[in-house]
Amino acid sequence: MTLASEPALAAPASLRELFFAFNRLALQGFGGVLPVAQRELVERRRWLTKDEFVEMLAISQVLPGPNVVNLALMFGDRAFGWRGALAALGGMLLVPMVLVLALTALYGHFAQYPMVTGALRGMGAVAAGLVLSTGFKLLGTLKRNVMGLPICLGFGALTLVGTAWLRLPLVWVIAGLGSLAITVAWIRLKKP
Amino acid sequence: MNLDTTDLFGLFTHFLILSLLAVGGAITTVPDMHRFIVAEHHWLTDAQFTASIAIAQAAPGPNVLFVAVLGWNVAGPLGALATMTGILIPSTVLSLWATRWGSQRRETRFVRAFTAGLTPLTLGLLLATGWVLAEPYLLNPAHRWGALALILVSIVVMLRTKLSPMWLVALGTIAGALGFV
Repeated sequence: MTLASEPALAAPASLRELFFAFNRLALQGFGGVLPVAQRELVERRRWLTKDEFVEMLAISQVLPGPNVVNLALMFGDRAFGWRGALAALGGMLLVPMVLVLALTALYGHFAQYPMVTGALRGMGAVAAGLVLSTGFKLLGTLKRNVMGLPICLGFGALTLVGTAWLRLPLVWVIAGLGSLAITVAWIRLKKP
Repeated sequence: MNLDTTDLFGLFTHFLILSLLAVGGAITTVPDMHRFIVAEHHWLTDAQFTASIAIAQAAPGPNVLFVAVLGWNVAGPLGALATMTGILIPSTVLSLWATRWGSQRRETRFVRAFTAGLTPLTLGLLLATGWVLAEPYLLNPAHRWGALALILVSIVVMLRTKLSPMWLVALGTIAGALGFV
């Protein structure tokens, strides 16, 4: 899994390009940036393969801190070291932060209109659909996982049930299921 | 609301700690932020707290920006600065350090087992996030069918076409504003 099946086809040329790429994908990210990040970095710019993207996402989810922010840091660092990490982070956060704070200042005036709350609801539903579609799209990468597809789907399903239905604290899920999965992968990797 | 320096520093240090506990994203620490800001210090009401998160969800950008909105609503620009730098600095330093450590050892058996083992959990978490976002609409009979239709359309369009997600967000916004959701 660590060895991606195919290398990424392109790379950012400069800090500037990195900053604007992350700025662009953050500004498209209503209700969450991850689906856009997948589309921009993997499908449009081809800076990462699907496998590399999933691998980075896996690491950014176990590390503390916002997932997409960790992903941006990791990608920027890989491209241009710490300056790249800061460029990706700044691109992702600066302009959207100004926008959201402006919106906060305005919201108080418009909260009582049903059209505004309806629009928020429509956006929210689409945001949920986008996140789900990203998950479905990336399921295919599990076929190349050393644990094999059935075991992977089992771990994925248990994680889904544990966090979405049982609402177990994430730390437990990662500590329990995660260490079990890492052990299984460790054993499987021993076999040639 | 005006906070004195001591309170601002308390806000900052509380978010510093939450940063290191935010495994799975800042959104997982919302219950504790609520405890600290609403229940313990009464800096915001319950409704103000919930509205802060909803606004950040509706705006473009990473979901972590709800932390800036919370800070802003508690203490204006300085509050936003305190909460955002608090939530970002520790996890940023740790992430950079950990990924460098890992990428130098990416061919070792441990690092390969670590990423291979966690990948299926990651995808499970992604689907869980989608479910958690969808659930409030689907459980409410008034919004169930409209929301379900939008969710399904979004999934099909994303899987079958190269269309930008922006168009789907625009569709959702218009459908919602016209009262279909």
